Amino acid sequence: MKLRLLLLAAASGFTFAAPVQSDELPACDNCASEMTVVSWGGAYQNSQVKAYSDPYAAMTGVKFIYDESSNEAVAKLRAMNEAGNVTWDLVDVEGPDAVRLCDEGLAMEINADEDLAAAPDGTPASKDFGESLISGCFIPQIVFSTTFGYRTDVAAWNGATPTSVCDVFDLEKFPGKRALEKRPKKNIEWALLCDGVSKAELYNVMETDEGIDRALAKLDTIKDDVIWWSAGADTPQLLADGEIVIGSTYNGRLFSVIEEQKQPVAMLWDYQVFDFDGWIIPAGLPEDRLNRVKHFLKFATDTQRLADQAKYISYGPARASSAPLVGKHEELGIDMAPHMPTDPANMGNILVNNIEWWANYADDVDAKFQAWLAK
Amino acid sequence: MSENRGAAVRYDSVQKSYDGETLVVKNLNLDIARGEFLTMLGPSGSGKTTCLMMLAGFEPATHGEIYLNDNPINNVPPHKRGIGMVFQNYALFPHMSVAENLAFPLQVRGMDKSEQESRIKRALDMVELGAFGSRRPAQLSGGQQQRVAVARALVFDPELVLMDEPLGALDKQLREQMQYEIKHIHDNLGVTIVYVTHDQTEALTMSDRVAVFNDGVIQQLSPPDMLYESPQNSFVAQFIGENNKLNGNVTEIGGGECMVEVAGGIKLRADPVNIAGIGSKTTLSLRPERVELQPEKPMDNMVDGKIEELIYLGDHIRVRMSVAGNSEFVVKVRNRGERRKIAAGDIVPIGWAAGDCKALDAVG
Amino acid sequence: MSSTISDPASDGVVRAADGTPLKQRLNRALRREKLRSFLLILPLLAFIVLSFIMPIADMLFRSVENQIVEETIPLTVVALKEWDPASGEAPGEEVFAAFHADFVQAFKDKKHTRLGLRLNYDEPGMSGLFRKTGRPSTKMQPPYKEAFIKVDEDWGTVETWAVIKQASPAYTDGYFLNAVDAHRTAKGIEMVPENERIYLFLFGRTMFLSIVITMSCLLLGYPIAFLLASLPLRSSNMLMILVLLPFWTSLLVRTSAWKVLLQQQGVVNDFLVWIGLVNDADRLIMINNQFGTIVAMTHILLPFMILPLFSVMKTISPNYVRAAKSLGANDWTAFWKVYFPQSIPGIGAGAILVFILSIGYYITPELVGGTSGIFISNRIAYHISTSLNWGLAAALGTILLALVMLLFYVYDKIVGIDNVKLG
Repeated sequence: MKLRLLLLAAASGFTFAAPVQSDELPACDNCASEMTVVSWGGAYQNSQVKAYSDPYAAMTGVKFIYDESSNEAVAKLRAMNEAGNVTWDLVDVEGPDAVRLCDEGLAMEINADEDLAAAPDGTPASKDFGESLISGCFIPQIVFSTTFGYRTDVAAWNGATPTSVCDVFDLEKFPGKRALEKRPKKNIEWALLCDGVSKAELYNVMETDEGIDRALAKLDTIKDDVIWWSAGADTPQLLADGEIVIGSTYNGRLFSVIEEQKQPVAMLWDYQVFDFDGWIIPAGLPEDRLNRVKHFLKFATDTQRLADQAKYISYGPARASSAPLVGKHEELGIDMAPHMPTDPANMGNILVNNIEWWANYADDVDAKFQAWLAK
Repeated sequence: MSENRGAAVRYDSVQKSYDGETLVVKNLNLDIARGEFLTMLGPSGSGKTTCLMMLAGFEPATHGEIYLNDNPINNVPPHKRGIGMVFQNYALFPHMSVAENLAFPLQVRGMDKSEQESRIKRALDMVELGAFGSRRPAQLSGGQQQRVAVARALVFDPELVLMDEPLGALDKQLREQMQYEIKHIHDNLGVTIVYVTHDQTEALTMSDRVAVFNDGVIQQLSPPDMLYESPQNSFVAQFIGENNKLNGNVTEIGGGECMVEVAGGIKLRADPVNIAGIGSKTTLSLRPERVELQPEKPMDNMVDGKIEELIYLGDHIRVRMSVAGNSEFVVKVRNRGERRKIAAGDIVPIGWAAGDCKALDAVG
Repeated sequence: MSSTISDPASDGVVRAADGTPLKQRLNRALRREKLRSFLLILPLLAFIVLSFIMPIADMLFRSVENQIVEETIPLTVVALKEWDPASGEAPGEEVFAAFHADFVQAFKDKKHTRLGLRLNYDEPGMSGLFRKTGRPSTKMQPPYKEAFIKVDEDWGTVETWAVIKQASPAYTDGYFLNAVDAHRTAKGIEMVPENERIYLFLFGRTMFLSIVITMSCLLLGYPIAFLLASLPLRSSNMLMILVLLPFWTSLLVRTSAWKVLLQQQGVVNDFLVWIGLVNDADRLIMINNQFGTIVAMTHILLPFMILPLFSVMKTISPNYVRAAKSLGANDWTAFWKVYFPQSIPGIGAGAILVFILSIGYYITPELVGGTSGIFISNRIAYHISTSLNWGLAAALGTILLALVMLLFYVYDKIVGIDNVKLG
């Protein structure tokens, strides 16, 4: 698997390289003086502000307006597009949404080698970003993963700690409430993997009705002990409150529970599910705004910039050449590399979000999943 | 206070305070005889409505006891007192028809249907609204609603009926008509009625006795004519009917009369109703119609007054004068058809009998 | 006679001084008044049309609209008319040729993936098929049938083309069928398999929970409104601020507060364990279920019940209850026979308000509803923002709207709509 190679390569070095990008920016002709950037708010948006927009604003004087709408970006962008008044210049979305927006014709297709910065050694962007270019419209930023965190102080576990994702399904050895996302994606995969389906066969099995039934049957075994979350902040909070003993969420959220809030929580990286997050440019921007966005992207997709973002949040940069540059956390001063989903130690078993498959089957599986949930 | 048993209602040393600091009703003692029409009259805030509400049971007495047919009722809830009540604005139930309104007190008493119907019919006939049973209150005129309210208060044959300014919302003509109707119903049924109003005409027209309230105290309790003819204090004299006031000092007392010196050194003979003694201050009260303008014969009191204003009122002429320093002194002169040669600015003699001039407690 | 009204005897028409019929004069005089009133409400009318009527009309339209297929592949739609899925064979070369022409154009316009998404609602996999065929379509040579099958063999199946043919009409009842757990198959309209049925169930649950929430708002709100209405103005104003206090905090904060209170390690459970009422091992589950939804939503919607109740009760004179008591009714009878009937307009207004608000709520159920406390609105939100199946969302919304109007109608029949008063 090519992606796997990329991820491994990305995580292979910890050496601190000197910044290589020049502080000289090319001039921007006929460029808008404002940019509206859509992001997720919170710590993630903050990492973008510090790594990308603040330095860029300092150099160019461009005014950034952040809109915390990434959660509903797809629907809003569609509505804006229908109304013929797109006010956003750059939209931060997860991979599947980027594919979706591209399919809908709501995002602009890019030419990676032309629009994105090349690596310091001259490797073209298309090669350096590689598999993370999951759609013709997608400008990747980070690799994140959905994985499990568990409490380290559960008396009922008698000193055992979960080591496999299948321990989530083991109520005898690991009693207590669990938290899973209120969506079929990932849960179905984990359930089947723990029901004896091999990773190679996984999506073939899921394509059949029996496969989904089988996954739901597996989930049935723990259904009574599951709290279903819909916001990424739920699981960290539930873990901190002791409401649950183990739960899935984004690795960055768990990082802050463990390292920033110092809660008795540890990571279970087994079968973490990789995803990308990045930017898309809305289709049909007027020329001056588009010029500005492109100018900014050339700057922000630079190898060092992507590595800089990891100083503020524990998500891995999406281009291979950035990985060796990942350093220490800006405030905590700890080495960030081991906290990256892409660290080799964390990559024993992994899944990569199968966007293609879910784009095809999400509606059907979701209907079944929701019907199952409601029962 | 009289201790005669057999009173329909008796207030015994009743006090009421809402805030624990001031008394709204101060030590009220009052007996109401069976079959009597008693009116509580007074300005707003005088405590009359509070007295009624305590009797009805909607306000607890702070101190003292109220007796109904010699039974203490302080601890009897309103619905067990069996008192009919007519409210200001009638309080007819808007979601019920007239007949249902009248049926309500009968239903809660568990009366059987046929009995209910005959009583409702009788009550509606009494107030001449026999054909209106199926109407809603909102479909009736003010006067009709008023009659329904009276009928409802009487339909269950209470011995005592309370009326709280029941005619306040009606126009003048209707009000006068209703006064007579209520009076007739009272005379025909022989119920005891306690009636609250601030309108003295109503009080004088309808009542057997009137209790004039002021400042939480009954100022005077008398039949209507006594109230007018023999006010016991300046408040009553002022509140009931028209009244001329002259302030002065008592100089002599004797022979059922007293001598009062008013402004300008004028000495006047008066009836010593409510004075402390020689040298004390007093306010003389004198009804305008008891004053003679240019009397033909000498009278007990004779003074000169200056005519300030003449107002022609048809049956009489109001003459406003300055008398003994009082420029609001009014004399009513009957219109006998003869032309009097008086005009504003004239100084003319006036006179009145000593018995018509009441020496009361001093005010102002 | 010099009056302004002439003698009507001549032709029976009353005329004004200048001889024009009086009715006409009056109408002319009134017309100015009417025009003035109309101009006064015009801004509001425009606002309502723009912000309320048009979006609803748009939603109603979306629930049946299906022009995308006809617009994207017009030649194919025509060519497919001749083809019968019952034949058991994929369409012939002429359909493929038409489809190729349509498809290449659609690819150029970047519309092919959009159509794929639309068809994916009917048949999973269509989205991928269309995306995959995009670039290769430009290099295809006749015969197109083989060329398409070479890209993906799904192009050679009857099902693929049956889906396209079925989706061809410009208007569809498909969204409405989906919204009631049905779909159209070769054999006609059928219910979807048992394990995919969700919407009818959720409609039922939404109605049920909304009624429960409305009832609990009424039970809790009535005594409070009664108290507020019977207190003197000063203290009732003070208490009214307390009633309105929840409005001052954000919905999310309030909902999260309920989580803190009701969760298993939460304040309420801690307290119950502390006083020994509940065993530490079996703490009560009060959140992430229906109970949590009912509690949180009752709290949020309570002011909407109290306010109309209060404003109606404020107008009920205390003399009515006094009159009832003086007529011999005890406290309960006086309340039930006299006070309560007069407060019904407030109950009606409050209940309608709370009910309508609660069937449309989705944030709170999403946060505290777990799996057993979610509403149909959560599915609508999902289709609006995640699956982007706006047609289905519109159909679900339309059904919800119809249900509300039906309930309104029933309410009107039973209680009477004029029996609703906000004060």
